[in-house]
Amino acid sequence: MNEKIKKVSIIISKGGLDGVYPGLIMANGARMEGIEASLFFTFFGMDAITKKRMGRIKVATVGNPGMHMASLIGILPGMSAMATSMMNKTMDKLDIPPVPEFVEMIADAGCKLYACKATVDMFKLKKEDFCSQVDSIITVGRFYELAAGGHIIFT
Amino acid sequence: MPQKMVGNAAVDVDADGYLTDFSQWTRDVAAAIAAEEGIAALGPAHWKVIEFMQKEFKETGQAPSIRRLNKSGVITTKELYELFPGGPAKKAARIAGLKKPEGCV
Repeated sequence: MNEKIKKVSIIISKGGLDGVYPGLIMANGARMEGIEASLFFTFFGMDAITKKRMGRIKVATVGNPGMHMASLIGILPGMSAMATSMMNKTMDKLDIPPVPEFVEMIADAGCKLYACKATVDMFKLKKEDFCSQVDSIITVGRFYELAAGGHIIFT
Repeated sequence: MPQKMVGNAAVDVDADGYLTDFSQWTRDVAAAIAAEEGIAALGPAHWKVIEFMQKEFKETGQAPSIRRLNKSGVITTKELYELFPGGPAKKAARIAGLKKPEGCV
């Protein structure tokens, strides 16, 4: 019998719906299994906790090899908006919440949320730019300290 | 079908310990399973959640997700994790005599 996973620290480094959702689902899933979890948002992944952006994350239809669509079509005006809208509706039907609601749910489930200091400096953000669920802005060194004893999952 | 003794009753369970026959569920069975899950006693808040989950299961064939539980107004996500520490969706479903939840959310 394998030893149960007790702690995970999940990094969300990419933006777009396909960039942020995997890490959010992993964090929520961890909490549902009683696993201690924390989320570290860096680079464009930070959109998921930035007040101005978290409600309007889209899915890219150009240059997105995972998208089941040729870039030539994806470039047409409105395609990204349409793909985003379809994806959001489908997720809602599957009971996957939109990002702001999901972040709140994950925080209420006991997951810690951190913003990467380097990205904060780069994008000239402040703590007030983030949703209330964010615990603090930390450096990568502090992230490693907090992640000690657990698994690090990079998305 | 594995059987398990719960108090004085024998109930049929699957490999994960979930009831396979809901008609065998009683409040005593629930309390016994809760004790196994580390919940010493089921209070009124626990029962509110259990009853809501059973109602949802009857109506939709599935135990409600945590999101649904939160939206229903029966309980908040925070409270749910406090009442059923270490995995509310699975624990509450097992205590309520329902099948193992299958969703990823």
